[in-house]
This record gives sequence, structure tokens and C-alpha cells, in this order.
Amino acid sequence: MTARARLFRAPMTIASLVLVCLFGILAVVAPILWGEEALTARPTELLQGPSAEHLLGTDNLGRDLLLRTLVATRLSLGLAVLATLLAAVAGVLVGGLPAVLGGRVQRTFGAVINTWLAFPVLLLAMLVAILLGAGTTTAVLALVLTMTPSFARLAQTLASRVGGSEYLAAARMLGVSRRRQFTRYVLPNIAEPVIVNVTISIGGGLLALSSLSFLGVGVQPPDYDWGRLLKDGFAQVYNSPTAVIGPAVAVVLAGVAFGALGESLAGHLRGQDHGHTGGRRGPAPGPGPGSGPDGGQPSTPDTLLEVDGLSVAFPGEHGWVRPVRDVSLTIRAGEIVGVAGESGSGKSVTMMAIAQLSAPGAEVAARTLRFGDEDLTLLRGRALRGALTGVGVVFQDSLTALNPAMRVGAQLAEVPRTQRGVARRQANRDAVAALDAVAIPDPARRAGQFPHELSGGMRQRALIAMSQIGRPSLIIADEPTTALDVTVARRVMRLLRRECDRTGAAVLVSSHDIAVLGELCQRVLVMYAGRVVEDVPVDALRDPARLAHPYTRALVAALPDLDSDRDAPLATIPGEPPDPADPAPGCGFAARCALATDRCRAEVPELTGHRHGGRVACWHPQDREVVRS
Amino acid sequence: MSALDVTDLTVRFGRGAGALVAVDGVNLRVESGGVLGLVGESGSGKSTIARVVAGLRRPSAGTVTVDGRDVTGRRLPARERARLIQMIFQDPYSSLNPRMTVGETIEEALAAREEQDAAARRAGARELLDLVRLKATVAQAYPRQLSGGMRQRVAIARCLAVKPKVIVADEITSALDASVQGSVLNLLRDLRAELGLSMLFISHNLAVVRYLADRIAVMHHGRIVEEGPSDEIVHAPRHEYTATLVGAVPSLDNAGTDVLTRDEP
Repeated sequence: MTARARLFRAPMTIASLVLVCLFGILAVVAPILWGEEALTARPTELLQGPSAEHLLGTDNLGRDLLLRTLVATRLSLGLAVLATLLAAVAGVLVGGLPAVLGGRVQRTFGAVINTWLAFPVLLLAMLVAILLGAGTTTAVLALVLTMTPSFARLAQTLASRVGGSEYLAAARMLGVSRRRQFTRYVLPNIAEPVIVNVTISIGGGLLALSSLSFLGVGVQPPDYDWGRLLKDGFAQVYNSPTAVIGPAVAVVLAGVAFGALGESLAGHLRGQDHGHTGGRRGPAPGPGPGSGPDGGQPSTPDTLLEVDGLSVAFPGEHGWVRPVRDVSLTIRAGEIVGVAGESGSGKSVTMMAIAQLSAPGAEVAARTLRFGDEDLTLLRGRALRGALTGVGVVFQDSLTALNPAMRVGAQLAEVPRTQRGVARRQANRDAVAALDAVAIPDPARRAGQFPHELSGGMRQRALIAMSQIGRPSLIIADEPTTALDVTVARRVMRLLRRECDRTGAAVLVSSHDIAVLGELCQRVLVMYAGRVVEDVPVDALRDPARLAHPYTRALVAALPDLDSDRDAPLATIPGEPPDPADPAPGCGFAARCALATDRCRAEVPELTGHRHGGRVACWHPQDREVVRS
Repeated sequence: MSALDVTDLTVRFGRGAGALVAVDGVNLRVESGGVLGLVGESGSGKSTIARVVAGLRRPSAGTVTVDGRDVTGRRLPARERARLIQMIFQDPYSSLNPRMTVGETIEEALAAREEQDAAARRAGARELLDLVRLKATVAQAYPRQLSGGMRQRVAIARCLAVKPKVIVADEITSALDASVQGSVLNLLRDLRAELGLSMLFISHNLAVVRYLADRIAVMHHGRIVEEGPSDEIVHAPRHEYTATLVGAVPSLDNAGTDVLTRDEP
């Protein structure tokens, strides 16, 4: 099912769309069919109540109110649509053009829009009416004047994003004219939200126009719109209350229809942005048949974490997407284990699933997920949280992982306060001590600062301090050095290693750079297409001939180092990684592997113990010829 | 003969005493047909230099000349500047207009070369896609349908379409995975041999810069602290900061050793 098809299946969308279409048809045909009759005065039937002949009664000239309401659809909606469109065009020009005209123009226009937005709507409309005299043109103009700034603000916000984009910078460097920058780069990239906003605003515009007509400054007789009908009906509301029902219902229904249609379009756009468009089909795939708890690594008495058959699935556009499949790993107490893999390999999803921090909507399944003495698959709620106090997590982006509105020390102190009920003063002392332990200079002062006042490296160290303060036996660090400069990264790695040596905590740390993991870890798990393809002791990384999986070998060979031959091309891996939403059977790497056979394309190789002391999942391990010393 | 000369370039952010000097009197020279690598950590000012050289930002002082012509002034018409200098950006996900097909993007660049004939532009786009080792069918695709490596190839093709005198490449592989990075570097290396490109290649990754550049300039706190032939910079650094930088590059040769627990020098 495509995204568009799904949009048009949502009940609210269907209902609002049907209503909007009905109003559209009415606006076209009603004046043709009943235009004459709605004007026909019947002196004998003045101000009548509802009857079989006149369902909503008649007005003070004996004209049929139902027909008049239907015929008024064209003028009411037409004016609302016209005013909204004019306002949208003006707003997009005022808000969007500055993006291609440079910083000074942008600031000036921004100030204009802000001032404009501050004007009260009704006051502006009245002012226009006084200046120009009441009438249809006045009402539309007043509406355009009041709606333009909000469109301008929307366009300004959206366009400034385009204005700061590299593709616009690239266009500028090509010497693309400003006009073309606007029509070809800015407009298409801001169109969708603006269209949605137009749809929503038509409802509001209709209401505003009706109000103006109702107040007598809008449509003037002999023309009539719903607001005018309401005004006329209201004069006799005590004699014939039904006179206001028709136009009132019409205004509300049309307003709601356009509003709801816009909202469901907007909801759809938001869903697209986040990639969560629902569309589940069938139950989430479980861990599936596998080797069973005993097939992976045998668990030894000092095993701290044992994961077997871990799978994570997300609902995707075409059914379930499984970024992690049947992952098995163990970590001994105090061991530092790396997870290497490229984007989309499933390493982050694996680590977050172990830390029980999967994104909402994820289905996590495992045959075994044992941490210490606790089976995490059986625990819920408070018991699970209790078990997880033994796990510290270090996130990649230190800026978003810390609460920007809370002092660093207070955030650290939260951990002992909530986990062990430590008193505030003691917790604060612990926090400063933890910052001191990660070599943050002047820790007492830094504890009193906010995250943005610390440099990136210092924030990352504060995060490590935070993961340590709960005295965890396992630290899960997801790409802790990726966002950092090499010298800072080196310092953070050194710190992580030393802290673990000091406290005896084990670490599961991921990186896309296998060289980083080689220096930091004792063992590296190489992930590809959601599976662990090799589990290798790091000393084997020094000698690529000892690596068994073709992917690991390719990954190591592809990294340029300070001694790479500048006259030879770098080793590369042909092809593209597989799409997790559309996996091929067999080994995930088969499509890119020069050694793949039919068996590789049909059967998933099992992760089994290998002669290099680790494990490998490959039908053709490559270290065969090497004679081990 | 030099293709690009940066002379006494200074860029200040803000005014008065509180101004931040991002680039402080920098001199750089890219030889015709040569590749100069510029390395440094975040905040060192290397991306600011890239933006000034590319004409996206005006310097506070100093000049940038390409082929002897000043490209920082406003007097230079946009199209002429386009033919002197082009830039490849870091993030191939944001450097391509999501609402234009690959073909349209490249044809836009061909138009900058004053190629008026639509059929000739289409043929040119096909040639360029071929040059960056992409299939001709990619021309109909939108950026979102391509992988990061493919997008970066499209960005390279767009840049080559103008046949600029100098190319500024700012961290063009740092958003790519290791396996893809290699193929983009290989492509640039081949294109350089084929087309004799002159390039200012900016990266935080010393190994990547060393692979591609003839000479390397090391930047620290807005200044060039050392400049020299690539292998000398990497294997015999003279400045203390360069040595620190070289020492911090993670290496598989250190795998399983106690390099991290050893005391810092």
C-alpha cells in the first residue's frame, strides 16, 4: 500500500474529503439550479415556519431559506477560498522571498511580519471597512490583510530552512538566478505545509467572512452569503428560530470539513517526516528457530550479559522491518566488547534493545536476555527498572542526551537519588566526585553549569561520569566518540578504558570505525545487515589474514591509514548494503561477496565457534590457509 | 603556477572586543593540478576558509584569487565566479535539492556553463554520470532514492559539470560509511588523474587527507601551524600539535595493545 493510498483510507480524511467535495459541487450547481427560485419573493408566504414545501421556512420576503442557504454556498466558499489564496500568495512572497535575497532583507522582512502579526484581526478588519466602506471587496481585503502575516511567518520559517541548506548554497555557487532559486529551490520545498495550511485556513476564513457579513461590514444586499443570511435570520430569531439553522449549520459544517481535511493532510505529512506511517501487517516476527540457548557461546560462571536470538522489528511502510535478526552475544564481567558496523547494520538498535531503550513501536524478542542473575525478558515495570540500575548508558550525541535546562551536577545527582535514595547533599558530592574522576577540571564549578556551557568532549566525559555514578556493572556506549575530534576521542577512549579497569565494569561499545574498537576493546563483534557476522578477538585485527569473514576483511581493508599506498586504489566493497525492509534470503553479505555460492544465497550461515578464538557466520571463512603459530 | 591563492585571510565573527577570530591571517596555495589537504579539528576554522574561498562568506581581511582573479569581491559576476570555483559539501543528504531529479540537478550546473541547448545538456548529464561511475538511469531518480555514496557522486558530477578551475571539497567523506568512503576517494583520485583537477581538500581525517593530497596544511585555532608534503607531515611532523594529531589517529596496528592505558607523552 502506498503512502498516498493509505492517506485516503483514514476515516477522517474520507469524511472531510466527501464533505468538501459536496460543498464544491453545491457551489457550482446550486446557483444554476435554484438561483432564480431563491430570489423569488412570495408575498403570501412571509416569515413562515418550516413546512413540507419550505423545509426551513421563508424570510421576510417569502423567499425559501433552504434554497437561499444552498445558493449562498458559492459566494461564501468562493470568497473564503479567494481570500485565503490571495493571502497565501502574498504570505509566501513576503515570507519566502527573503531566503534568496540575503540576510539584511531577511531581518527587515522578519520585523515587518512580527509587527503585522501583532495587529488584532478584528481591529484591522474594522479599520479597512471604515477606510473603504462596507462591502464584499472590503471584507475580502480585510481578510487577506489579516491572514497574510501568518502565511508569511510559516513561509519564512520553512524558507529559512531552505535558505540555510547546502543545496541552495550549491545553486548560488552555480550562479543560478534569484528568481530561479525561488521558484525551483525554495517554493517546491515549502509547498506541502503551505498547501495544508491553506486548506485549514479556508475554514477559518469562511468563519471570519461570515462574521464580517453578520456584523454588516461584509456582503451587502442584494448579494447574500451565509453570514448575511444569519444576520437577516437573527433579526427574527424570536419569531422564526429556524431561519438561522440553515446558514449556521452550513458555516459550521464547511469550516469543520476544511479544517479536518487540512489536519489529516498535516498529520499525514508529519507521519511521512518521521517515517512512522503505521501499516502493520501480521504479527511481529519472533526470534524464530535458532540454535537455542546452548548453540551460541557457552555461558561461563562470570558471564555478565547473555543475549541469545535477539530480534528487533519496527512497523514499516510494507510490513515489518527487522533491523536486528537473531543476534547472540555474551559479555563477561569486566570485559570490553566492541560492536562494529556501518549505518544500517543494526548495531545501535541492538545496543538500545539490550538497554531496554528501544524506540516506541519496536517489537523486541529474544530467547535469552540475561543480565547478571536476572532474566530481563520476564521482568516488567519496577522490577525491570531495578535490574537496569546495573546498566549505564552513554549516548552518541552528548548535547541531546543531557537535559539542557538542568545543571550538569544536578543531572548526575539524580541517579543516586532515584536509584538508591541518597540524600541530596551526599548525591551532589557524589556528582562532583564523579566529574572529578573523569578528569573534568574544576568539577565543582562545572557541576553548577548547564550542558551547553561545556565543550563537546567535556559533555561526553560528563555522560561517562553519569553512566558510572550508579556503579553499574555494564556500560553500554553507543558511538561515544563519533561526534568528537580525534584528539578528544582519544582522550574519551582512554578515560573509558581506565574507568573500567578501575571499577571493573564491563563495556559494550559501538563504533563505525573498527580501528577505534581495536584499540579500546578485547573483542569486536562485526555486524552486517542486522546480524553478527564475526566475533573476533582484537589481536586478530592486527593481522588481516586471521580474519575469517569476507566482510570483516573488506571493512578492514577499506580503511585508509597513514601508510596506505597513495598510488594504488583503496579496497572497496562493491554494491550497496541490503535494505532492511526487503531482505534477501541467505547470508546478508552474499550479494556483495566475491566468494558467494548458491548456498550463501539460500541459507543463513550460523554463528559458530572459530579457530581464531571467536565466532564466525560464514560458509566460506577465509583464514583457512593460514598456519597458526 | 598556482590555481588558488589565499593571502592573509582573516575572518572575524561579531564586532569589537567580543569578536571571535575564526581565521587568523591564513596563507594557502593550491598548485595548478595539485591537491592541498587542510586538516584540523572542529572549530579550527577550516570550514570557514572553505566558505570564504567558495564565495559563500566574505572575509574580514585578505584576498582569495583563482587564476589570478579576486573571487571575494562583489564585482565578479556570479556565472564567472561559478566557472572559477565550485564546492562539494559534506552532507550529500542536504546538498541536493530533494525536489529535483539527478538529471535536473546536473543540467542546472551545465546551464551555468552557458550550455543553452537542452539536448546537449541532457547528453552532458549522461556523460557526467558516466564519469562518476553512475548508470544513466540515475538521471531520472530523486536524491531520496539514492544511497549516500551515490548522492556524493552526483554532487561531484554537479561540481565537475561547470569545469571549475578549483574545487573545494569540505569533509566530503565524513558522512559516508567506510566501505563507501573508499570508493569516493578512489573516484576523486582517478578524476584527478583524468582531468587534472586542482583541489582544496578539507577533512578532519588525516589518513583520508594523506591519501589524496600532495601537500597538507595543519590548522589549529584559526592558524596554519604547519604545511608541507603529505608524507613529511604525517611521518615527520615538526609542530607539536601536528604530532598530537598524528598520534591520535586510531590504527589497527594498535589493536589489542595497551596504547590507551599507557601514560600520555
